[in-house]
Amino acid sequence: MLEISHLTKTYKTGDKALSDVSFTVPQGQVLGLIGPSGAGKSTLIRCINRLVEPTAGSITLSGEPITGLGAADLRRMRRRIGMIFQEYALVERLTVMENVLSGRLGYVGFWTSLTRRFGPDDVRRAYRLLDRVGLMDHADKRADALSGGQRQRVGIARALAQEPELLLVDEPTASLDPKTSRQIMRLLTEICAEAGLPAIVNIHDVPLAQQFVARIIGLRAGRVVFDGTPDQLTHEALTAIYGAEDWEAMRKGNEEDHEAERDAALRMAAIV
Amino acid sequence: MTDTAHPAVWRRRTPLAALLIWAGWFALVVLFVFCWHVMNRNTIWEFVWDAPRQAADIGDRMFPPRWSYLPELLVPLWDTLNMATLGTLLGVILAVPVAFLAARNTTPSAAVLRPAALFVIVGSRSINSLIWALLLVAVMGPGLLAGIVAIGLRSIGFIGKLLYEAIEEVDTAPVEAVTATGASRAQVLDYAIVPQVLPAFWGITVFRWDINIRESAILGLVGAGGLGLKLQASLNVLAWPQVTVILLVILATVVLSEWVSARVRKAII
Repeated sequence: MLEISHLTKTYKTGDKALSDVSFTVPQGQVLGLIGPSGAGKSTLIRCINRLVEPTAGSITLSGEPITGLGAADLRRMRRRIGMIFQEYALVERLTVMENVLSGRLGYVGFWTSLTRRFGPDDVRRAYRLLDRVGLMDHADKRADALSGGQRQRVGIARALAQEPELLLVDEPTASLDPKTSRQIMRLLTEICAEAGLPAIVNIHDVPLAQQFVARIIGLRAGRVVFDGTPDQLTHEALTAIYGAEDWEAMRKGNEEDHEAERDAALRMAAIV
Repeated sequence: MTDTAHPAVWRRRTPLAALLIWAGWFALVVLFVFCWHVMNRNTIWEFVWDAPRQAADIGDRMFPPRWSYLPELLVPLWDTLNMATLGTLLGVILAVPVAFLAARNTTPSAAVLRPAALFVIVGSRSINSLIWALLLVAVMGPGLLAGIVAIGLRSIGFIGKLLYEAIEEVDTAPVEAVTATGASRAQVLDYAIVPQVLPAFWGITVFRWDINIRESAILGLVGAGGLGLKLQASLNVLAWPQVTVILLVILATVVLSEWVSARVRKAII
């Protein structure tokens, strides 16, 4: 169980990214975090494993404090929290297996990791996870040889290799097409259900969030303005989170936007 | 259709900015004319007018090359290649830790070690290989070792600078991801940063090796052994056909090393 109370983050520039955020994530719950760009979703998720240092407030995981830990204790805490990233954040030039095994770095010594001689338990677990995400045949390929959806599966396997007690998921589908997005979201929610794993998922795509998560928290300008089930997310609630907008039109335009963005990205890639 | 609500004239620069840019160009032209004037003040024009004739004369004496001199060059050529390769190796061994200390994202202390590492890089770069060799021959005596150390010391700055820039340009997302698994600093370096800079590292090293072959060919001029020693000996006795052979050997070596370095860089990227 994750407890966040009175979390506040003020950046050096004076920008107040989060102010007085409090909520609790019980065991096994998948929570969707929505809100406009700049609402503090990324900051919130990064405060939990302290990739971003909170300014005030406290965070505890299973009753143990995360805020205030020293460097060595923070490392031990981080290995209990798996993280999945927007652009996959794999090490492109390493193999798929090395990327998955990097989830074990918090548990093994430097020489073991340098020589890549991970123990039998770690290797077996890595293969089992690759099998689970459907990439058994790709273990020895370089990560940059995979497609976007496959890379995100490697990202999921890496996070699960940590045997985490909590998953932090930052925009897992932002660079994927609608179909692959759904597959990835389905995989994530299945895995969380299998292991009773709680997760916080930052997500731009409101319909996708409503389809897959059990609870939604809406952030606006660093404050929690909505906390409820997907059904409770009415037009009024969306307006409170995002401001006035024609929500029906947006829902229809959503898929189109995805396609357009992807097309433009492909074209840019061809130019560069 | 007339639109009076929006301005029809747009200039990229304000008139003042445009004027300043023109003034800047004008100052450059003035500087160029002035430098030309200074340069020509101490020229002895008789020598300049004579230059084509002198060049033709030396060219005449350089041909045909004395090919029978070639076997004598093989050992110095081998020495030169060894000097370049061992010097590059020494440079790499010293430059890698310096680069990691100098890169903003990997340095353990931005206040003390980073400036120190940057100073080492600047110091190494500010002194030409030939000057390093001159100093080292005076300190260590003539021979290959002085040449190797000279090449090594000069290479630190080159490799160190390019490598630390490559380290600073790594994609931060994998670094963040590996940190989030609970990895230590050394493990983050090993898993997230080293794989990203490895292609740059090999490219830089082979490029420097290529440069070092050219440089080591002349270090013999100040007593550091190799082809340069032969070049100096031949120049001293005005044996121009031998000089031709040496220059052709250096040319062939450089062409070959360029080819090797191009192939290696293509293979790793």
